[in-house]
Amino acid sequence: MNQNLKKINIYSIYLGAFILVLPIIAFFINAFSFRWFYPQLIPKELSMQAWVRLKLIPREGSRTLEGFLDLWATNPTVIKALINSLTIGFVVTIVSIIIALPAARVLGLFNFKFKKLIIFLMVSPTILPPIAFVLGLNINFISLGFSGSFFGVCLVHLVPIMPYVVLTLTGIFANYNPDFEYQARTLGANKFKTFYLITLPAIAPGMVVAALFAFLVSWSQYLLTFLIGAGKIMTLPLLVFSTASSGNPALTAAISIIFIFPAILILFFTSKFVSGESSATSGFGKI
Amino acid sequence: MGGDKTKIILSITPPLLIIILLFYGGIFYGLVQSLGYQPAIGKYEINFDAYYNILFSERYAKLFWTGLALNLWVSFVSTFLAAVLALFAALAIRKTFFGKTVCNFIYSLNLPMPHLVVAVGIIFVFSQSGLLARMLAQLNIISSPGDFPVLVKDKYGVGIILAYIWKESAFFFIILMSVLQSLGENFEELAQSLGANRWQRFRYVILPLVMPSLFSASIIVFAFSFGAYEVPALLGVIYPQMLPVMAFEFFLNPDLNARSEGMALSIIIALIVMILVIIYFWLTQTRIRKD
Repeated sequence: MNQNLKKINIYSIYLGAFILVLPIIAFFINAFSFRWFYPQLIPKELSMQAWVRLKLIPREGSRTLEGFLDLWATNPTVIKALINSLTIGFVVTIVSIIIALPAARVLGLFNFKFKKLIIFLMVSPTILPPIAFVLGLNINFISLGFSGSFFGVCLVHLVPIMPYVVLTLTGIFANYNPDFEYQARTLGANKFKTFYLITLPAIAPGMVVAALFAFLVSWSQYLLTFLIGAGKIMTLPLLVFSTASSGNPALTAAISIIFIFPAILILFFTSKFVSGESSATSGFGKI
Repeated sequence: MGGDKTKIILSITPPLLIIILLFYGGIFYGLVQSLGYQPAIGKYEINFDAYYNILFSERYAKLFWTGLALNLWVSFVSTFLAAVLALFAALAIRKTFFGKTVCNFIYSLNLPMPHLVVAVGIIFVFSQSGLLARMLAQLNIISSPGDFPVLVKDKYGVGIILAYIWKESAFFFIILMSVLQSLGENFEELAQSLGANRWQRFRYVILPLVMPSLFSASIIVFAFSFGAYEVPALLGVIYPQMLPVMAFEFFLNPDLNARSEGMALSIIIALIVMILVIIYFWLTQTRIRKD
């Protein structure tokens, strides 16, 4: 079969790629320009104005290491949101993996009664929209005092994340042979050593994908954080949303660039692992 | 075996408990509130007023039915177009050509991108003074921003559809690439040696082979776009309004009575998604039985 494409096909692929990166180009132009008036295609002057206004970069003249540290010490909103997003993401990722590991092992290795029902219950949050449960949950969280707390936001982030982590890890354990563990045990390794030397290396690649994925879902979460955080927990998506609605393109673009950075980084790392058969991939449809 | 049973129960319980308490608990509580049971404002009787109001009352019915129509329109069109575009892109990109790796990366770029950012990107590119309008102005095709069609915050949901196509085509693309890779080209070569032309190879060889994955990915995308909030909240208009945005606004309404309507709306959204998924499973089950 002819492996080379016709010229016209190649050009349409290039055109498609160009159209796909247009928003990214627009983000960078908006974030590094000042007074980018219509109909200019390329801004007349480059500017750090947006970054200065967000208090991420000091004013001209004080752009030294000290100037940066002094500015960041004033705890600008973007840094606060960034730290919140990172902390919530890390906590939720670690907790979800710890909770999901034993369950995934059992689901992947054993057959038992109600297994199908349990899997059905577990995956239903992947199809039903968050708005279906969060409105009801919100009132419960208010009366329990979880509303507006870091704990409450982490807890509610577990709902969209748990199904994917459990599914991804179950897939790993379904192809895993526990006999190696018995061998290690008969050779005198204790439980901890067995896990550390046998189980962990075998499941590590899957665990990395599950972890990156869990982090990304938490990182992109808007509605759940907004409702359960009750205005007290500011994260990057909340900041992007409110800046975008208030209509300042330069500021929106600058915050968006910070917001998408980990996403692109994760794509670099996972492009090897991500394939259509992995349940983690199907999760990307939900971010 | 007794030990195994305890182990299974102990391992399964924590994640299952989180899902049952928070997810199903939330839905159940929403359902109860949608039926008018709101102890917070001294309402204890159960009734279907909120549902009746949304579906039939003069105040909300028009809002709801136009919203539902917009929801179906946006979800169907964006899912269909994203799937078709991704299919063509995947079929073209699997061949060797200059810049294949870069193109592959760019076509997958939107996969991990949050929907919120994609929506902002659509504003930057497609608004009347956006990047596209500036390009056309440079080419002297349009003169003022007003000459550029309203594609963002328009009443037909074009901006919302564009955002979902941008985002979900990457999802379809990744899935199709891996299916096509695992299939290889043996089937097509066989068909070609039997005299099938390009169209026939596409219609009778490739399409039936990728259809199952394409179909199940479509269900995920459809269900998501039907119930998601961020994109229509940023790119939509007040009327007609997509249902998730409407539900959320009812809920945030200072009038606590509107809260029941908001809950009822979110339950209706969940029900519609559930019915569609059941139809999907029923369709695939009958197809498997036929085979």
